[in-house]
Amino acid sequence: MSAPVSDGPMQEPSDPEGSRDPVDPLHFSPRAFARARRRASLRDFWRAFRSDRLAMAGLITLLGFVVLALIAPWISPESGLSVTASGGNPRWASPSWDFPLGTDHQSRSGAAQFVWGSRVSIFVGLAATVITIAIGSSVGIVAGFFGRWTDAVLMRITDWFLVIPFLPLAIVLAAVLDRSLRNIILVIAITSWPATARLVRAQVLTVKQRLYVDRARALGAGRAHVIRRHILPNVAPLILANVTLAVPISILTETTLSFLGLGDPTRTSWGKVLEQAQTEGAVLRNAWWYYLPSGIGIVLVVLSFTLVGRALEEILDPRLREDGR
Amino acid sequence: MSLLELRDLHITYRSPRGDVPAVRGVDLTIEPGETVGLAGESGCGKSTIAGAILRLLPRETSVEGTVLLDGQDVYAMNPGTLRAARWTDAAIVFQGALHSLNPVQRVGRQIDEAILLHTDLSPKAATIRTGELLERVGIPAARARAYPHQLSGGQRQRVLIALALACEPKLLIADEPTTALDVMVQAQVLELLAELQRDRGLALLFITHDLSVLTSTCERLAVMYAGQIVEQGPSHEVFAHPEHPYTTALARAFPTIGDPASRLNPSGLPGDPPNPADLPGGCAFHPRCERAIESCATDTVVLRPIRGGRAAACVHVPEPSR
Amino acid sequence: MRLRFVIGKIAGALGTLAFVLVFNFFLFRVVTDDPIGRLFRGRNLTPDQIEAKRQQFDLDGSQFEQFIAYLGQTIKGNLGDSILSGRPVSTEIGEAIWPTVFLVGTAAVLSMLIGVFLGIHAGWRRRGRLDASATSFSMFTYSVPDFWIGMLLLAVFSIQLDLLPTGGFETAGSTRTGLAALADQFVHMLLPCLTLTLAYIGEYMIVMRSSIIDTVKEDYLQLARAKGMREAEVRNRHAVPNALLPVVSLGALNFGYILSGAIAVEAIFSWPGLGQATQEAIRGPDFPMLQGLFLVTSASLIVANLLADLLYGLLDPRVVGR
Repeated sequence: MSAPVSDGPMQEPSDPEGSRDPVDPLHFSPRAFARARRRASLRDFWRAFRSDRLAMAGLITLLGFVVLALIAPWISPESGLSVTASGGNPRWASPSWDFPLGTDHQSRSGAAQFVWGSRVSIFVGLAATVITIAIGSSVGIVAGFFGRWTDAVLMRITDWFLVIPFLPLAIVLAAVLDRSLRNIILVIAITSWPATARLVRAQVLTVKQRLYVDRARALGAGRAHVIRRHILPNVAPLILANVTLAVPISILTETTLSFLGLGDPTRTSWGKVLEQAQTEGAVLRNAWWYYLPSGIGIVLVVLSFTLVGRALEEILDPRLREDGR
Repeated sequence: MSLLELRDLHITYRSPRGDVPAVRGVDLTIEPGETVGLAGESGCGKSTIAGAILRLLPRETSVEGTVLLDGQDVYAMNPGTLRAARWTDAAIVFQGALHSLNPVQRVGRQIDEAILLHTDLSPKAATIRTGELLERVGIPAARARAYPHQLSGGQRQRVLIALALACEPKLLIADEPTTALDVMVQAQVLELLAELQRDRGLALLFITHDLSVLTSTCERLAVMYAGQIVEQGPSHEVFAHPEHPYTTALARAFPTIGDPASRLNPSGLPGDPPNPADLPGGCAFHPRCERAIESCATDTVVLRPIRGGRAAACVHVPEPSR
Repeated sequence: MRLRFVIGKIAGALGTLAFVLVFNFFLFRVVTDDPIGRLFRGRNLTPDQIEAKRQQFDLDGSQFEQFIAYLGQTIKGNLGDSILSGRPVSTEIGEAIWPTVFLVGTAAVLSMLIGVFLGIHAGWRRRGRLDASATSFSMFTYSVPDFWIGMLLLAVFSIQLDLLPTGGFETAGSTRTGLAALADQFVHMLLPCLTLTLAYIGEYMIVMRSSIIDTVKEDYLQLARAKGMREAEVRNRHAVPNALLPVVSLGALNFGYILSGAIAVEAIFSWPGLGQATQEAIRGPDFPMLQGLFLVTSASLIVANLLADLLYGLLDPRVVGR
């Protein structure tokens, strides 16, 4: 299922795009064959994924939240977040038909904050992860592939970053920079990329050792070609699995940073809701409708990503698969 | 009374993907002090038998038939008796010594452990005895303080042999003890095993895929294929005049050192060993057999006795006359 | 050989510490080229007052001169003065260390013991009921922000059931001494400690479990069984010591995170430790405090890393070399 895609012949014949029948010997085209094989392995992949019920539950939950975040403007008007517009509402009201998740200290709707908060939390989580993975993978691939001095220098830098405690660094960075969404994303990315770089580099080293890379070089393949056709396809699955496991970390970091007051003051996120719950004493007032939903939202989203990520990891890395699964 | 008796042994591994028959009806007897070889390619079931004797197979494995060790039914023993019997009645020398030894424990301590489990000796006395055992296999007693990774491959194998002898077993099961070693070291280890066997009157069950090795170390040998014994008899005779086509091929694949005839005529077997989960019908060997006839694909053949204490399971061996 | 290993690791640690010092210094200067302006943004100061502040904080002169001054002061233990309180940073930090070590240290030890225990039993026999529940529990606590757990516990035990105090190190205005004081502090520590323990357990459990699962396949366990050891003994004497190795590294590393503390959890429970100090410093913003805290936590992490490496070298003889 995760067979390296690059076992085929190096040269593609001048025969263009494809034939109707990829196994027809007269019109055989390696590209069409590779495509058919890829399609088949995608089907196998989906079947394997579907059989993991927990992972499917996670996937569905995730899609649910993404949909919720996207349709937010339609189901809960943004005015619900504004303090001035909420003047007429009761303060600290427990849930009712009008306010399914009650109101907070400034009479704003808890439901509105939950729905709009999901947008920021999920968006920041995804964006930060994308940047983290981009930086981490590039560093990992370059370090692993070129080796020697490049590797030594890049790894030293990575190790330095790893040694600095993650949260204090994030806090310090967030404290000295302006408080904005962009900066939060940056801070998370800066503190998270080393772990990805390490993982990717290890995988690249493993792939590099495999004989077919040597054979490709002996055949005269250029470095860019080797990276593109051999290294990337074998590292990509690992990166993909890593992405889904890195998103939870990003989301949790954003939550913690927002909780500590370092988030964007103009936007609400689940972490921000919890921060306000803390500073306004929601726990002491027993306003459970305010601090429970955001926490539950975080748990569900993070748990879903983790379940999906674990399933991906197991399917894509045959070594992790246990017998009889 | 025989030291080891296997009667109609059937062993099947169970997995969620289906049952895999590893051993399909094996009879084997070993008398005290006797040396018996068990030959075959990987997957034929010989290592499974080694594990079965001391009941070391995974819990889900089904074992049918009888295993009598020194007259006692191994599979009827209660756990305490079984643990007491292990290592004292029979001991195993595994292959791949680097993985068979605990990497974070000194080798001496691992031998001490066996001694302390089965005797009343004090720890200090056990250490002394370990030293003696190591010396006996050609390793200085001081090396007991070494960790496995600090020893060479040959030394590690000797440690495993010393360990196996720690509780003075009556039967020594050697499971591919020399496969991972260089030829020179191999010869030394074989020499050591033969010596020990003679000195202590041990019974030896030598399991390997190298038929030629068995002729020098064992009086009798049995050849296994796809979970069954296909030929058995005195080792020299079986090697020199094989009756079963598989034995013939196996003998040819391993030239005897110093015999120009076999050296000039090497040959491997075509095809691969059969997948135990998907065996051919009839005689399991027939797809690779150069003497196969039509009935081989449908009829199974049991061991047929031949004069001189030999037997072979082949259609070309005349049926015993009544 | 061992000495070279130790010296190498110590040298590495010192090098990293040096890097941290440089990084710490330039972080605040590079990210904002006008620290004083940032510090006092929103407050009206005349240019003269700003210049005076600059001198007070050694922010005149070139970057390099400032760096040397910074190094000199730091080595002497002078980390500057807190903007908020005016007291020396080192004093503020010094007072906050014990509550954090007390709270987080206890939670770290507890979570390690419980997590490792659960991990061993979950991984030894997979797919048992313990495995499933322990794994789900760990995944759940891993997904939850630790301070949210604190909020929930506070809500249940403190508000609803009124069993435990809502925060603080000890009862306000308490004049207890000795054992009574300790008991009072202990009661106050219960909820935050429980919160942190729950948050940390998951990681240990998961790591230990997968480590045991890897170990279970090893051949030397089979040899131990063949020697006649009880299953529990095989697990405890051979599997666990090998499986513990990665966990030990993890544990040592996590101890390093102690001083970076449970910032958010301390905030929830108004625990007067380094975490709370950090939070107040953020709100300031109190840059000298932030800088001092950052240095202290980085240094403790470097030391913990070093100890983890040395400990691993002590436990795994294969690492130390030849």
